[in-house]
Amino acid sequence: MTNLKYGKDTYLLGKDQSVLDCLVEHGAPVPFSCRSGVCQTCLMRAVRGTPPASSQQGLKDSLKLQNYFLACVCRPTEDIEAVLPHDAQNSVPATVKALKPLNGEIMHVALECHEPLEYRPGQFINLFRDPTLGRSYSLASVPQHDEHLHLHVRRLPDGKVSGWIHEELRPGQTVDLRGPSGDCFYVPGRPEQEIVLIGTGSGLAPLYGILRDALNRGHRGPIRLFHGSRSRAGLYLIDELRTLARDHTNFDYVPCVSGEEPSTGLAGGRAHEVAFREVPDFKDKRLFLCGHPAMVSAAKKRAFLAGASMKDIYADPFNVNAAP
Amino acid sequence: MTEKKLADWWTESHASLYAQIGGEAAVDAAVEIFYRKVLADPRINRFFEGVDMEKQAAKQKAFLTMAFGGPHNYTGMDMRRGHAHLVQQGLNDSHFDAVMEHLGATLKELNVPEELIAQAAAIAESTRNDVLGR
Ligand SMILES: Cc1cc2nc3c(=O)[nH]c(=O)nc-3n(C[C@H](O)[C@H](O)[C@H](O)COP(=O)(O)OP(=O)(O)OC[C@H]3O[C@@H](n4cnc5c(N)ncnc54)[C@H](O)[C@@H]3O)c2cc1C
Ligand code: FES
Repeated sequence: MTNLKYGKDTYLLGKDQSVLDCLVEHGAPVPFSCRSGVCQTCLMRAVRGTPPASSQQGLKDSLKLQNYFLACVCRPTEDIEAVLPHDAQNSVPATVKALKPLNGEIMHVALECHEPLEYRPGQFINLFRDPTLGRSYSLASVPQHDEHLHLHVRRLPDGKVSGWIHEELRPGQTVDLRGPSGDCFYVPGRPEQEIVLIGTGSGLAPLYGILRDALNRGHRGPIRLFHGSRSRAGLYLIDELRTLARDHTNFDYVPCVSGEEPSTGLAGGRAHEVAFREVPDFKDKRLFLCGHPAMVSAAKKRAFLAGASMKDIYADPFNVNAAP
Repeated sequence: MTEKKLADWWTESHASLYAQIGGEAAVDAAVEIFYRKVLADPRINRFFEGVDMEKQAAKQKAFLTMAFGGPHNYTGMDMRRGHAHLVQQGLNDSHFDAVMEHLGATLKELNVPEELIAQAAAIAESTRNDVLGR
């Protein structure tokens, strides 16, 4: 039997129970979001005992060496004492510089970090409303071009963090950030390779960053962006993207609507369906998929079957917390 | 094969096959071709419905490494446990045959010599009873 010490308490871990599930079951205040090892919101540190390597996947080496681990996928085989990562190294304050609706449900958030944050467009940060309530948001900004960090936050019904961002957050306020993390970003090299970007809803955030990063770094191969929503009103940054397409002959923007008849300039159907219709063969192509988890997983499989190599598929499913 | 670790048996009897085929690089090349065939096959792809692609690809890689006699951690017991839920869903010899077919076709596509393909097939074949829980 394995013991888990946290704060003043020691709990007995159930068979195959994760550290996070055990703490949540006992009502301990700990942050989490995706519960599947993606978002890194549940980051903890073992001050005694060694966390299994599988609970450190995706963490930076510097964190691994210090026994940081992801509580939601950590099933220890030896006794462990866990603490929350509150040292300054892990969390950075940022000031809200601007909030601007991009459409009826998505808010543009500009943040100024109090210390420079090194990131790649398309990576994500964790934004904390309070120390136990954090969520992941992708970076739409490009460090060389944009002064601030840019997020596109879609408001979910009763969303604890997205609702707060939409309703309560105001410019001038300070929030805590952690990150960046994630490996969904443009890697220079193979500048002639065709790139296909597919996103739904606020899944455009990372793609907008990746796209501009690739163009800025001189990517020469064709770049095609398929962005979808149910209705025209759900799309955003249409003018900016059309301007980019006008200025870069190798970039092509296809806005898609699935829930209504497409008006001029829009394609009918869900973004990934339109993409697979227009790009039937994915051999030697690089693919970025962001947004709805079901779309991401379906598109990933389809692209692989259409010849994409697994190493050329980058994806960020926007996993939301499965209701407990 | 249940008592003795498959792993030990491999190193003793087939140590060279993995190396002859080309080691890890060859497995990497084979895994995508093989997994694509498996996922595209209507006879068996329902067993892969809804599974995480990366995790499944890692399993396919482990399977091919084993089929090539390379270093792996499978035991007969793991094979049984790992496939028990699929056996419950009706996994049987016909599905195992389909996987064997894709293994052979993958290696052919990679121009692996016939006698090495036969060796890999024999190794994979030796797991049949464990996979099917017999
Ligand atoms: C890598 C990554 C990147 C991401 N990037 C972005 C991004 O760029 N932009 C973006 O908008 N989002 C992004 N997300 C999603 C984001 O992190 C949040 O999941 C999202 O904002 C919802 O958080 P919330 O606190 O507002 O909602 P939560 O409070 O977590 O609720 C989520 C949903 O579940 C429902 N729910 C909650 N509790 C219950 C219950 N008990 N019963 C029934 N339903 C319930 C809520 O109504 C809501 O619709 C990303 C996610 C990941 C993993
Ligand atoms: S990584 Fe653990 S909750 Fe997301």
